[in-house]
Amino acid sequence: MSVLTEKVITRDWDRPGQNTLAVYKANGGYKAAMKALELPPAAITDEVKKSQLRGRGGAGFPTGLKWSFVPSLEKNNKPRYLAINADESEPGTAKDRYILEKDPHLLLEGIAIACYALGAHTCYIYARGEFKYPSAVLDKAIAEAYADGIFGKKLLGRDFELNVYQVRGAGAYICGEETALLESLEGKKGWPRLKPPFPAVVGLFGCPTVVNNVETIASLPRIFEKGADWFNKLGFGKSGGTRLVTVSGAVNRPGTYEVAMDTSLRELIYDQAYGQGLPEGRTVKACIPGGSSAPVLTGDELDVKLEFDAFKPLQSMAGSGGVMVMDDTACMVRCLWRVARFYAEESCGQCTPCREGQPWMTRIIRKIEEGRGERGDLDTLMNVAAAIAPWPPIGLGNTICALGDAGALPVQSFVTKFREEFEQHIRLRRCPKGDKPWGVFGEFK
Amino acid sequence: MSDPLFTPDEQKHFDAGIAELLSHYPTDRKSAAMLPALRLLQTMKGWLPPEGMKLVAQRLETTVERCYEVATFYVMFHTKKPGKYVIDVCTNLACALRGAEGLLSYLEQKLATRAGENGEKYFLRETECLASCGTAPCLQVNEDHHENLTRAKVDALLEKLA
Repeated sequence: MSVLTEKVITRDWDRPGQNTLAVYKANGGYKAAMKALELPPAAITDEVKKSQLRGRGGAGFPTGLKWSFVPSLEKNNKPRYLAINADESEPGTAKDRYILEKDPHLLLEGIAIACYALGAHTCYIYARGEFKYPSAVLDKAIAEAYADGIFGKKLLGRDFELNVYQVRGAGAYICGEETALLESLEGKKGWPRLKPPFPAVVGLFGCPTVVNNVETIASLPRIFEKGADWFNKLGFGKSGGTRLVTVSGAVNRPGTYEVAMDTSLRELIYDQAYGQGLPEGRTVKACIPGGSSAPVLTGDELDVKLEFDAFKPLQSMAGSGGVMVMDDTACMVRCLWRVARFYAEESCGQCTPCREGQPWMTRIIRKIEEGRGERGDLDTLMNVAAAIAPWPPIGLGNTICALGDAGALPVQSFVTKFREEFEQHIRLRRCPKGDKPWGVFGEFK
Repeated sequence: MSDPLFTPDEQKHFDAGIAELLSHYPTDRKSAAMLPALRLLQTMKGWLPPEGMKLVAQRLETTVERCYEVATFYVMFHTKKPGKYVIDVCTNLACALRGAEGLLSYLEQKLATRAGENGEKYFLRETECLASCGTAPCLQVNEDHHENLTRAKVDALLEKLA
């Protein structure tokens, strides 16, 4: 049993007026940034390395290490940029929006620290287009920070200019991919770039750029308030700190919770502090642990920690912390169809395996769900998926960005782990769950 | 002669908006302001009329074709005039597990329209995950977010749209 000893991100969420500068400052806000800015930039990066902070956007890449890839000014004297990824779109994930809504200055204080460490004088926050309310709160917070002299010509009174702008997207999942995000920031359609070169060397406008997730940057003020060691000790293994996870689907209390890194999926689903279990008589049939692109787990695989490295033996990933729970009344074919349809819809169209493969897979799954499946369909499905990305997952698929893998891995994991249910659909020529493939939740059953 | 795109006041608002946006980017990168500029135009006009697209292209020193390339890539931009109320219903997995398909057919029935059809008053669409997974099911009406939906909430919401 793991216990969350101290909250990092959500600590002040319940305080009234927390999203205003006055309340934020009255409770010690921006003191951590003042403290951090006493250090030389390289020492700030070293502290972040020591804290074992890892990227919360999905990949879990060590943040300090990412920063250290930015070349020195002697090697490359172009301007540097920080881009904040607030394009939260991974199905199942709802955490960054709450940071923007409830504690936007925590993010802005983190930006002050990161930009100073990186020598970046401009920061763009790329917020999801659909986030009307979170973006409005953030805009107000940015204006407050300028008016208070935090941003602008002199960052917190130092001889360091920092400008922070919010840019709103316009509805494209792909723009959460870091190079597509940069293309979009440059005013183009979101087509991912080939890597290398990585953004740390050739990023926004051809300049060195670091792209970090909202939750990652919002962790920085606490690291400098309480120390890198404190942050690291809160974590588990090679993952420092705590993390935000969203549990959704067939649980009694869906929502977004801050958890210790060594919390297990089972605790998250059943604990009174989190999901509070399933309705009477229901059992967990399947669980997607880290946003819909993370390969699905069965109900027998719930004793896994939510820390970044723990999912590797299960061939899945902790991803962006979007935990979706399916109970025994849910039809796995129908669930997979919903997931596959998303990737077909959101493929940017640049690489053939993804552009053609995702809709093809979606059509086959729909066909099986509607009782028109034929022998051989499952093999075709697995072949199309394998043309996008190999199974078991080894990392890189056959497309420029990871959206290809993100669509192929759910198909491969669902068919591998629930093959009997897919075959049953084909044998019976109908969905065994009939008209109610989702069980009964809420009023719209 | 057709009506001008903007009234003098609107023109002022647009010009000031574009000037502010351009100040956020390097001077040789005017076209980087494309997404915010299109958003500004759409906020003012409700969609992206062709004359407006020309104006954006001119101000950002780029071509109209580039403007359309971007506008048609992103689902939130309307290059055709949408109904008065654009209703986006999330039907992705987390919402579907909590009844989003039922919600969608309830709306189709109440509004006497079909998902994907752009009518004069309503443009009902299925959309992808809106980051409301812990508060499902959800929808957006002209970008205003509504979550934890029940029949009563949907009924009250629709009443306001009449």
